[in-house]
Amino acid sequence: MAVDQSFVGRTYPPDGVYEVSAEKVREFAAAVAGAGSATVSGGPLATAEVPPVHVDADAARALGHPAPVAPPTFAVVLAQRSDARFLADPAAGVDFSRVVHGEQSFTHHRPVVVGDRLVTTLHVDGVRAAGGGAMVTTRSEIATEAGEPVCTAVSLVVVRAPEQEEQA
Amino acid sequence: MSGGRPEGAGPGDGGDVEVGQEVARRTFPVHRADLVRYAGASGDFNPIHWSESTAVGVGLPGVVAHGMFTMALVGRLVQDWCGDPGRVASLGVRFTRPVVVPDEGTEVEVVAVVGALDDGAPAQDGEPARPASVRLDLRATCEGVSVLTRARAVVRR
Repeated sequence: MAVDQSFVGRTYPPDGVYEVSAEKVREFAAAVAGAGSATVSGGPLATAEVPPVHVDADAARALGHPAPVAPPTFAVVLAQRSDARFLADPAAGVDFSRVVHGEQSFTHHRPVVVGDRLVTTLHVDGVRAAGGGAMVTTRSEIATEAGEPVCTAVSLVVVRAPEQEEQA
Repeated sequence: MSGGRPEGAGPGDGGDVEVGQEVARRTFPVHRADLVRYAGASGDFNPIHWSESTAVGVGLPGVVAHGMFTMALVGRLVQDWCGDPGRVASLGVRFTRPVVVPDEGTEVEVVAVVGALDDGAPAQDGEPARPASVRLDLRATCEGVSVLTRARAVVRR
């Protein structure tokens, strides 16, 4: 089934508040800390060095932030939940098992910090047929509950065409 | 390597770098356990990132890293160079090849080169002020093969 082009231009309003917790930021920062630097001596799950700005309020304040700052790709946690509202909608016709991440960008209007209460509006910006599959561009506009823009996350996913033998 | 600022890094304020200059480079070992941990932290539990049979079943050579995991390593290099994740104004990549992670692990090398310098502009004609910034062009390779293109970060000075 082809991806339904009539979804282009559709907007999904926020469906809840995401509260940025200290522990989630700590967990995410540890997961992307480049654990390898600790791998040789301590095994792959050894605690990697996490920059203090992600976990220490004083370190964050010293850099001018009101609270610990999330890593620059943390907003993907919100963006992928948001994307799923479209990609997992049966009416959209996306075969989720054939989805490959093609491109991703984040534009930070200001850093995501611990304590933020964020809402995400999803925009379906493009659906384009490509080689039997499709390329889908979505945009998550992430803002505070009060409406302050925080991050714009743009994602392009490729929905791969079914294999020849499966079509037979 | 103990982390923190990578070897050869400048002060990160863009005041003494020039276009074309390599400002940071780091090699990140990647193990399957790292992918499992990233799956939990990010909420992306796609089994191609932890199940060999699933990955092979969809035509991949084996378990592959989340594209967003590789992108996060790029982000880590950028923030280590500039000293503050809050100064990363934008970060974007195109995923070109998967990072295959065998049982024994692999490595991803990330390199940052100054792509452009912007002195910024004051607010005028209803347009908001544009802060001074440095654009970093980023390369990520695994086993000598590029895994990203169009990888760029804009860092406020």
